Amino acid sequence: MPAYAPPPLPSDDKRWKIVNGTMRKNGFARYALIETLHTVQSSFGYLDDDAIRFVARSLRVPLSQAYGVVTFYHYFSLKPPGKHTMTICTGTACYIKGTDKLLASAEKRLGIAQGETTRDGAISLMTARCVGACGRAPVVLTDGELQGQMTDEQVIEQLERWAVE
Amino acid sequence: MNIEELEQIAESVRAENARFDHEINICMGTGCLSQHSNLVKDALTEQVAAQGKSAMVRRTGCMGLCAAGPLVLVDPEETLYQHVHPHNAAAVIASLGNEPVKELQCNLRDHFDQQVHIVLENSGHIDPERIDDYIAHDGYRALVKALTEMTPNDVIQQIVESGLRGRGGGGYPTGLKWGTVAKAGGDLKYVICNGDEGDPGAFMDRSVLESDPQRVLEGMAIAAYAVGASKGFVYVRAEYPLAVARLSACLRDARRRGLLGNNICNTPFNFEVEIRLGAGAFVCGEETALIASIEGRRGTPKPRPPYPAVSGLWGKPTLINNVETFANIAPILRNGGKWFAGIGSERSKGTKVFALTGKIKNTGLVEVPMGIKLREIIEVIGGGVPDGHTFKAVQTGGPSGGCIPAEMLDIGVSYDALLTIGSIMGSGGMIVMDDTSCMVNVARFFIEFCMTESCGKCIPCRAGTAQMYTLLTRICEGTATMDDLSLLEDLCSTVKEASLCGLGQTAPNPVLSTLKYFRNEYMEHIEHKRCPAGVCNMKAHVEALA
Repeated sequence: MPAYAPPPLPSDDKRWKIVNGTMRKNGFARYALIETLHTVQSSFGYLDDDAIRFVARSLRVPLSQAYGVVTFYHYFSLKPPGKHTMTICTGTACYIKGTDKLLASAEKRLGIAQGETTRDGAISLMTARCVGACGRAPVVLTDGELQGQMTDEQVIEQLERWAVE
Repeated sequence: MNIEELEQIAESVRAENARFDHEINICMGTGCLSQHSNLVKDALTEQVAAQGKSAMVRRTGCMGLCAAGPLVLVDPEETLYQHVHPHNAAAVIASLGNEPVKELQCNLRDHFDQQVHIVLENSGHIDPERIDDYIAHDGYRALVKALTEMTPNDVIQQIVESGLRGRGGGGYPTGLKWGTVAKAGGDLKYVICNGDEGDPGAFMDRSVLESDPQRVLEGMAIAAYAVGASKGFVYVRAEYPLAVARLSACLRDARRRGLLGNNICNTPFNFEVEIRLGAGAFVCGEETALIASIEGRRGTPKPRPPYPAVSGLWGKPTLINNVETFANIAPILRNGGKWFAGIGSERSKGTKVFALTGKIKNTGLVEVPMGIKLREIIEVIGGGVPDGHTFKAVQTGGPSGGCIPAEMLDIGVSYDALLTIGSIMGSGGMIVMDDTSCMVNVARFFIEFCMTESCGKCIPCRAGTAQMYTLLTRICEGTATMDDLSLLEDLCSTVKEASLCGLGQTAPNPVLSTLKYFRNEYMEHIEHKRCPAGVCNMKAHVEALA
């Protein structure tokens, strides 16, 4: 059987080599789809059409199936993230401790809904289904860094600090 | 690797530790790290050098009391300090050998004395990224014993005798499951560790993986030997980066020590483990959905049978157990199944780790013997509801569980008892609510969760949860009628009876249990357009309707 020749990398952006590395490590097996998409997202910050097409073709997975996987799992994002990301945990413990109020005031301050990015691309406002730090509820991740026992004021303060950057 | 070599490693670790008069353990789990316990560790290390004390400073996993972090434990005095800041380091180190620093001391005897630690026995005492630390605490002895002195059948017998039941929530007898996989034919079998801890409000698995990951690997290896598997996967949520990092380091160390790989302990037993990251889908905690996800597909469940024990990952016999289940295996083999069966209640053996959160004083992780009264967990270990509020309900089992009212607090915690009062054991989330929580709103929160997390494969769950959400929203907004309530009750039984997997079958539980115990709150919302807890804002909606 001739050796499998994967398609060429989409561009000479070095990050594609990292993506390709994940696939090679898994022998370009179809089951590596989710692993590879994780690598794309951690390298590029999100998954665009080109990336999904490239991964689908490389792993010989139908494009529909790859797109199905991307949209099934909440962790994957089809939109580029803002320069900063605030993720508000909406798990049960955080909910009981009033996370809905934090979310509402962040939405009001930024003028966007959860899951959106401000028009200048500065800040993304996301929610998470429990980050497992319930002992510190309510919890907010600021650029991935966990902050516990957050108050309304602290959320606004953080957003304002980012806004003047 | 054999018992003598393990003993040698343990001895050298003990000798190394004996060089110091004191051991200073700093919690570096996710909770304490978010309060910069890494800086506390740096400051303590610096002070030890500056003051010339004979003390070793060690990074450890979770000590349980997340509310009081960052936590520092000084041994052999067993002094526990809470809320330690880097600027306290000088005082803490200066106090070594003298009186402890009073104002930092954490004296929660009640909190700790009622607990029994089996799964968490090493948490807070060992460095999770040092395999030798684990070995010095009897680590890998059970595996070596199993491989060199026991047949696979002996191992399964011990697990059966222990009475261990699945800690992921279902409570299926672990020994029985292992036996089924062992009996299944074929030379290729898999072992999967389910670390897709999706229940919001639960963090037991994260904590175990962060604090004592080798214990989980040892449990998996023993399971693989017992059922005849050679390959394992740990499926962990991508939301737990620290757990993933520590687990990867552990896999590397275990391979280096010859405890993973080929011909483990010079026997024909081979076992290799890979990590698979979840991607944020609650339904992947269901075993067939989890298997689909490892295969790189959408995480949709399949009808059972065939059970994964017969036809699982890539159609091969597959053993799936939860993180906490695997964490119980090594102690059972070390001490014998009978020892484990001696702890807990009649049909629920051993201990259970709970994540105690919500409106409770001592939030954090606790491990208690099965059969302990809920009241004891909440009032004694948890320290009760803070700020002068009154207890209203405790929610167990996450979105699949129910709300338990104050009058039921005297039941003992076991799989069966919780089921009879309309909740489930679940994976171990325990969320306390006080008089400021509206139970209708809480039910709506869970249904909203199930609605978004429904994979969409079967209609009762996909459409049913959406309709239930609409009805609950109407009740919360004060626009519902009594007809809506009876429709809601109808839907509960339809979704429960007709859904394919556990997500749908249990999704109505939060609604059913709140209807059972807090029906008056629903009636207040519907008949008097009033939210007794003052959570639901009804005015605007009611006026718009008028």
